[in-house]
Amino acid sequence: MNRETAPTDWKGAVMQKRIAGRYAAERRFRLIGLGAVLLSGAFLAFLLFVMVGNGARGFTYTHVAVPIDFKAMPLTIDKSRLGDADADQVIANAGLADIVAFAADEALGTGGSAMISENAWKEVRSAIKDDPELLGSKTVFELPASSEVDMAAKDGGKGALGAAVATLKADGKLSTGIHWPFFRNADATDPAVAGIWGALKGSVLTIFIAFLIAFPTGVLAALYLEEYAPKNRWTDLIEVSINNLAAVPSIIFGLLALAVFINWFGLCQASPLVGGLTLALMTMPVIVIASRNAIKSVPPSIRDAALGVGASPVQVVFHHVLPLALPGILTGTIIGMARALGETAPLLLVGMRAFIGDVPGGICSPSTVLPMQIFLWSDEVDRGFVEKTSAAIIVLLVVLLSMNAFAIYLRNKFEKRW
Amino acid sequence: MTQDDLTIADPKMKAHGVNVFYGEKQAINDVSIDVGTDLVTAFIGPSGCGKSTFLRSLNRMNDTVASAKVTGQIELDGENIYAPSMDVVQLRARVGMVFQKPNPFPKSIYDNVGYGPRIHGLAPNKADLDVIVERALVRAGLWDEVKDRLQESGTALSGGQQQRLCIARAIAVDPEVILMDEPCSALDPIATAKIEELIHELRGKYAIVIVTHNMQQAARVSQRTAFFHLGTLVEYGKTTDIFTNPKQERTKDYITGRYG
Repeated sequence: MNRETAPTDWKGAVMQKRIAGRYAAERRFRLIGLGAVLLSGAFLAFLLFVMVGNGARGFTYTHVAVPIDFKAMPLTIDKSRLGDADADQVIANAGLADIVAFAADEALGTGGSAMISENAWKEVRSAIKDDPELLGSKTVFELPASSEVDMAAKDGGKGALGAAVATLKADGKLSTGIHWPFFRNADATDPAVAGIWGALKGSVLTIFIAFLIAFPTGVLAALYLEEYAPKNRWTDLIEVSINNLAAVPSIIFGLLALAVFINWFGLCQASPLVGGLTLALMTMPVIVIASRNAIKSVPPSIRDAALGVGASPVQVVFHHVLPLALPGILTGTIIGMARALGETAPLLLVGMRAFIGDVPGGICSPSTVLPMQIFLWSDEVDRGFVEKTSAAIIVLLVVLLSMNAFAIYLRNKFEKRW
Repeated sequence: MTQDDLTIADPKMKAHGVNVFYGEKQAINDVSIDVGTDLVTAFIGPSGCGKSTFLRSLNRMNDTVASAKVTGQIELDGENIYAPSMDVVQLRARVGMVFQKPNPFPKSIYDNVGYGPRIHGLAPNKADLDVIVERALVRAGLWDEVKDRLQESGTALSGGQQQRLCIARAIAVDPEVILMDEPCSALDPIATAKIEELIHELRGKYAIVIVTHNMQQAARVSQRTAFFHLGTLVEYGKTTDIFTNPKQERTKDYITGRYG
């Protein structure tokens, strides 16, 4: 070959400049990437810092020591009825609330009854039910403070009630500790008794229903589409539809669920059953897509090998393809489930945003879910709910992070080394 | 092609007038061939000549390709394998296959070999399966190398060992025919030599059909050779005849390296 042009000058100034430029581009790109990682890390750290800072307070509550002398203020009830089913009603009718309020006024000075929670007498009631002997004696009860007192106590004696709270603290009448009702109760209008358990149980039931429906359907649909369905215009159409379905805004699924499950099928509204079905509709396309990708990535040589020794198509799928695709399927499923767990919009429409004061008993009892509880509490006027909101967010994040950790564990457990 | 080249007293498989289509494209054109029971038959030919396609139609592996269509007659022991009454799963157990790239399951060595017998119910209990696995591994010449680590993953073996494991896996279901689709093309010369040695030892126990690119290999391991070109069977006969005295001009050109 004849070379008309001069030989390439690999050492010339132009070449050197090109090399320098290339190195600079490499460095720039690495710095930008590092910057992106640091930025997202900073966001996460900030979020965690703020949440934990605010939320930790939501897990504690202030109690006021109030002595109640039932000898001086007798509760006139028949002790034999304390074991009855309507004992709560009997005690309430006997005027326990007034006695507790009076005792608080006496112990804490004027306005003392406003310093304990309006539900404080219910704690006295359950104590009496546990031990009827209390009715004949003088006992010091640790009663939940009112939300304002709790705030003031946690803020270190600031605000309108600051002085009064500081005095109580000095007298040793205030104590702040872990707020167990928060982990036991459902929603309430009083922060002193409002709890997350109702929403947490609602979330668990809802996700369980969603998983039960979406996982088998999604995986079987993916297996059929990948392994059995002929490749033609219909399956292309189905594929496009599934991809589109995964992109549909979640609130649309809520409308669909409202129309189909509640109005048409007449299923119990605001229940984990309907909520779970709604989230299953929403999650299934995600599971189908993740599963199809996982199944596609199983090398065809494994299918050939199994067919070659005379495995039937079903055996190929269940002995080889599915086990090898399982890590990918599970990861996709759990990520889809985690998304469903954090979903609020579609559940608004099936009635799960209602105020539910009871812990749900089953999949058909009215219930709410964690993100909805966060939304509801963030709307509350009472300042005590601000930190409850943060505490609920922490609970939600803990559940989400454990699900993701579980996904990673499963992936590592089932992953095959090649 | 002359008729006397085809004289095999006791053919295990008989193909007659076989055509294979991939959609509109015809990959195999009117191929008739007999595969002898105690013989190693080699299919040679340039890339894309259809020899692998034809091989895969002998145990209906082409069924997995949606667009593939096979016409004509292929018989195993006088029974048409494309007849509706033929159970394709059992056919593939009787006509085993070894693939170009070693493809052990990502399971233990034991499970790799034991898988076939297990799904076909050949081993009622663990002790029987142990015997079958050992016999297959011995026949595949792999037993001494792996007997102490049967529970290790089959994918941890070297390429040549993996391919012998795949042969053991095919043997374990007690097939009558073993199809080998370029079994050595991904192996180094030493592993290749071991496989060829193994093919020698397996001859007589199974009818073996091997597709190969390597003409020396065909000459070394086979007793019958079929030369495919552009989807047709150009010449079929005793391996010695094909390599020393080819009747067709195209065969001669290919053997002497004129093309391919």
